[in-house]
Amino acid sequence: MGTVLTVRDINVYYGAIHAIKGISFDVNRGEIVTLIGANGAGKSTTLHTVSGLLRSKTGDIEFLESSIARTPAHKIVSLGISHVPEGRRIFQGMTVEENLQMGAFVTKPDRIANNLEYVYEQFPRLKERTKQIAGTLSGGEQQMLAMGRALMSDPRLLMLDEPSMGLAPILVDQIFEIIQNLNKAGTTILLVEQNAQMALSVADRAYVIETGRITLSGTGKELAQSDEVRKAYLGG
Amino acid sequence: MIFLSNLINGLSLGSVYAIIALGYSMVYGISKMLNFAHGDVIMVGAYISFCGTAYLGLPAWLALILAIVVCTALGMVIEGLAYRPLRGTGSLAVLITAIGVSYFLQNAALIIWGSAPKVFSSLFEGFGSSISLFDGELTVTWEAIFTLIAAILVMIGMTLFTSRTKAGKAMRAVSEDNGAAQLMGINVNTTISMTFAIGSALAAVAGVLLCSSYPALMPTTGAMPGIKAFTAAVFGGIGSIPGAMLGGILIGVIEILGRAYISSELSDAIVFGVLIIVLLVKPTGLLGKKMTEKV
Ligand SMILES: Nc1ncnc2c1ncn2[C@@H]1O[C@H](COP(=O)(O)OP(=O)(O)OP(=O)(O)O)[C@@H](O)[C@H]1O
Ligand SMILES: [Mg+2]
Repeated sequence: MGTVLTVRDINVYYGAIHAIKGISFDVNRGEIVTLIGANGAGKSTTLHTVSGLLRSKTGDIEFLESSIARTPAHKIVSLGISHVPEGRRIFQGMTVEENLQMGAFVTKPDRIANNLEYVYEQFPRLKERTKQIAGTLSGGEQQMLAMGRALMSDPRLLMLDEPSMGLAPILVDQIFEIIQNLNKAGTTILLVEQNAQMALSVADRAYVIETGRITLSGTGKELAQSDEVRKAYLGG
Repeated sequence: MIFLSNLINGLSLGSVYAIIALGYSMVYGISKMLNFAHGDVIMVGAYISFCGTAYLGLPAWLALILAIVVCTALGMVIEGLAYRPLRGTGSLAVLITAIGVSYFLQNAALIIWGSAPKVFSSLFEGFGSSISLFDGELTVTWEAIFTLIAAILVMIGMTLFTSRTKAGKAMRAVSEDNGAAQLMGINVNTTISMTFAIGSALAAVAGVLLCSSYPALMPTTGAMPGIKAFTAAVFGGIGSIPGAMLGGILIGVIEILGRAYISSELSDAIVFGVLIIVLLVKPTGLLGKKMTEKV
């Protein structure tokens, strides 16, 4: 199977605030792994640390067997990690097409047309709107654009931070279907969600984060049935 | 005719402001800092060009290129040495540093070139002094014409750069969301450095154009145009290329017309008065778009 990502004992601080207190987990090739937890648990911070926007004081992060804990963020993308951040953070003033071009910033030129076609295949809505200013897209379309943008760099590991945030239930279903399709097509996925039910239903494995620590882990099914998770995250 | 002549002078001065404002605006857009030293880079550019022609005997165009090269390097050095180490710290520290860099450049110029004004010889000397129209009722200087043309070319060039080239789009991406840009694989440090380089190259051009029209060159020559250009950038909508252009031209025209028809002492006050009114009515400036702040 092979491990794609190994996070070992990371500690992350915002000034004096100790946000991540010794988290370890791993993601294997072909899996969907999800991190669930309440507001402020440290899920986004963990993803930011993997993608290099934040640094851990301790431990190590290995991607495809080499350490990336000291690699600058802009170099991590070309190694094969794509991060769709919380709140999407598409380039609002650019067109859909320009956003996708930005996603291909480090992609080999001969792969770009191919990847663009793949993205439009996954998100036909985007193809109809190539010249539209991204800031004028609906929330669901913006999420699709953020995901499409991340796919433009041929990621081996796609990290999604709350892709369902603020979307109507029908769109949430759609986004999760796309996530599963991408996974079937070979992309390994690390998914952060507050919508624990959805996340656990698609995940191979899951970790529960509480105030900077991992408190539970197991397969998606196991966690969905565990009492603690049901009580805390699935509404009974 | 006098009005027309004033208007042309206003357009020409405004074109200089516009070129400076463009640099100010781009640098602000990408690093979210007010580079108060930007005006002083203009002054350095003018001195380098002056030295090129007066001491090295270079033709004016070559002296201009020398000034552009030196200022480009200067901009990158300032960014790398003074501002980059402070990135991520509070904006107050950066602001104070920028003021410090500004004084440093002025004082360095004072030591090197002294306080007595140098008489700058116009870049367009070779063209003769001016052209006369309407049986001599209206004279237009070559400086005014070329300054206006230069501003238009700069605007077209920068628009194409930011909309068509990969580096230009990276600049827009970093300006809009630094963190997201890094997640695309864009090297933010390189991109910011490039922006300072471009802004400073434009400042050199502006310095030479300014001193071609107003030939008294002193260590403080860049200070006031720097502030006016900053005003122009805010006036037009900071971060917007056409905004910087429009703001610059309008500030130049208001300043010259204000000086001619209202009061020469109050012309600067009029400029800032108009700025305040515009910002009260439209806080983002004339062409500024509302940008949501992202962390
Ligand atoms: N920029 C910051 N400065 C200071 N503290 C921060 C910053 N960002 C996050 N934190 C703190 O770090 C902790 C973890 O935040 P994080 O954003 O990782 O949580 P999260 O699990 O993603 O939450 P949510 O589900 O609300 O997105 C929180 O206590 C938060 O207040
Ligand atoms: Mg979060």
